Amino acid sequence: MMVGSMLIRGGRVIDPKNGVDMVADVLVENGKIAKIEENISAEGMQVIEAAGRVVAPGFIDMHCHLRDPGQEYKEDLISGTKAAARGGFTGVCCMPNTHPVNDNAAVTRYILEKAQWQGSGVHVYPVGAISKGLEGKEMAEIGRMKQAGIIAISDDGRPVANSNLLRLAMQYADYFNVFVMSHSEDKNLVGDGVMNEGFISTKLGLPGITRAAEEVMIARDILVAEAEGKRIHLCHVSTKGGVQLVREAKKRGVRVTAETTPHYIGATDEWVIGYDSNCRVNPPLREESDRQACIAGLVDGTLDCIATDHAPHHQDEKKVEFHIAASGISGFETAFCVSYTELVRAGHMTLPQLIEKMSTKPAQLLGVPGGELTVGAAADIVILDPEKEITVDAEKFVSRGHNTPFHGRTYYGAVLATIVGGRVIDQQY
Amino acid sequence: MIFKRKDLLGLDGVSREEIQEILDNAMTMRQIVRSSNKKTAHLQGKSIVTLFYENSTRTRMSFELASKYMSAAAANISASASSVAKGETLIDTGVTLDQMGTDVIILRHPMSGAPALLAKHVRSSIINAGDGMNEHPTQALLDMLTMQDHIGSLDGIKVAICGDVMHSRVARSNIYGLTTMGAKVVLCAPPTLIPVHIEKLGCTVAPTIEDACEGADVVMGLRIQRERQQKGLFPSVAEYCDNWEITPERVALAKKDALVMHPGPMNRGVEIASSAADSPQSVINQQVESGVAVRMALLYMLTRREA
Repeated sequence: MMVGSMLIRGGRVIDPKNGVDMVADVLVENGKIAKIEENISAEGMQVIEAAGRVVAPGFIDMHCHLRDPGQEYKEDLISGTKAAARGGFTGVCCMPNTHPVNDNAAVTRYILEKAQWQGSGVHVYPVGAISKGLEGKEMAEIGRMKQAGIIAISDDGRPVANSNLLRLAMQYADYFNVFVMSHSEDKNLVGDGVMNEGFISTKLGLPGITRAAEEVMIARDILVAEAEGKRIHLCHVSTKGGVQLVREAKKRGVRVTAETTPHYIGATDEWVIGYDSNCRVNPPLREESDRQACIAGLVDGTLDCIATDHAPHHQDEKKVEFHIAASGISGFETAFCVSYTELVRAGHMTLPQLIEKMSTKPAQLLGVPGGELTVGAAADIVILDPEKEITVDAEKFVSRGHNTPFHGRTYYGAVLATIVGGRVIDQQY
Repeated sequence: MIFKRKDLLGLDGVSREEIQEILDNAMTMRQIVRSSNKKTAHLQGKSIVTLFYENSTRTRMSFELASKYMSAAAANISASASSVAKGETLIDTGVTLDQMGTDVIILRHPMSGAPALLAKHVRSSIINAGDGMNEHPTQALLDMLTMQDHIGSLDGIKVAICGDVMHSRVARSNIYGLTTMGAKVVLCAPPTLIPVHIEKLGCTVAPTIEDACEGADVVMGLRIQRERQQKGLFPSVAEYCDNWEITPERVALAKKDALVMHPGPMNRGVEIASSAADSPQSVINQQVESGVAVRMALLYMLTRREA
């Protein structure tokens, strides 16, 4: 597709990678960033007025579920990539727990081709399975999946219970320059738990999940990575103890990186009071001290980035008893406003620091284009209005999943436009 | 009338005045239960359905008889616990009953929060007859009625609750109700059967059953399901009994005429010794009678709300 020139005029341009934070025009030519300067002539080109707005590298989500193939009634590659665009994402990593599982090159190719031909334009980076069928027994064909286009491996949704399989997968995947993303959870400690174990679970009479269920496996994952000298990325860290384990590991040089999600910095287990099944998620919403620890972890760099763990579900799977409700939150379309409100407006970090957590750092960890506004780089851009007040309305989500605990709540931070390769793929002006 | 609720989902948040009103009405209703002509017109023209996703004998019978004594049209639905996940959804079942004209749906369900979910989606009043590990408010009300009969005011009395507190909806409802009425609730169980931070509900956890029973006005047992032992929560029934069984010796540490109570069904020789359950201090059988009276009172109050 031929892409003409475009001028994004007069916005506050923030590019943490290049230390840029200034009011300027951004000229896009041939899908790439051509110039960032003041007062670029707009003659003969498409102009996007960005005065009073923020122009930043598009967000990159290391962790989402697009449900395609197999669970298209929850989401598919079309609705999922549209929802990602609405949320300001220009690239997303989709987890392999589809039906069939993305544990072979054929499924990987299906995802990439469908995303390319029918998607919104958002880059889709499939994550392959560690084990065949996510069964935690035999390693999946990591080499062939890599050749087909996976970016990392994970059995997300399930832990790799067998520590030796994890160790072998780390060794083997490293040969193909693929890293492991770990869903750290001890299923025995989880038991029949459905929410965080604490006063609220006691009060509601819901079976609790001890933080140790997450922390035991984070510790295990770190120790195996340390012993092997390999890289590991920890998904959806939600506890104070988990953050501390990562902090200590980084201090002694372990090649560990970690993410947390907007819901762990924006919600707590108190939200479960009333049994709202939209608050059911795994790991569960924790307590205020955990929420604060996740924020502190992001601020001091212990947690590298914010990922959504976007997990859309059909309303039929949520309009049931809390115990049998599906776990997960549809997260693309609230990621920025929740993060901006809880982190920047709450005074924990600056907007450039937040953009680093949502754009720059994930691009670096994944080794993908984007995450920067360097001249010559792909024009993957998001335009934001940080001070715009938004009341979340799940019914208006582009995602098929309307499952969100943020529905009806008010936040700050609107995504106005998402641009991939110089093409506006979503616009909310 | 102080009690103006559409539903009774639990005793959490129910005021002292509301509870007292229910107990006062129940005392009146008990006269009917005790009379030779158990028929009144309180619920004439009303339709009451019990919807039970768990087995129950006494709670369900108690509600059914309460409805019938007061001339309601009463019907029972038994759904198996497995149908919760596989069958019609709870909301659909509730809406269907609504359409048939029910006034009150009495729900027992293995999952905490199910009555709250149902109440949000139906017109009928919902009475929680036990949901998961959350609440069983009518049980706590009948317990309080029984205590009040023998002791008088509940203000300042000490109630020891011993057994599987973790999995007990009876414990939670009693903690809410009794503390609201001014009683002190002391819990005792193996540490693996005490839920975290339960003391934040306003009760205390005693180090031993002897401490719990010491000076108590009431010693209440809770059922210990044998599957808890199989799940590794304690090593054997014998060791459980050594440390936590309600025995006449332990009851002797309580006040002289302390009451021995149990919501039933009992596991004799596990959480309570027969010699304690069948002692003159035991009011376990009177709890059953109180149950019918409390449920009559509640059904009356919930259906009168609309008038």
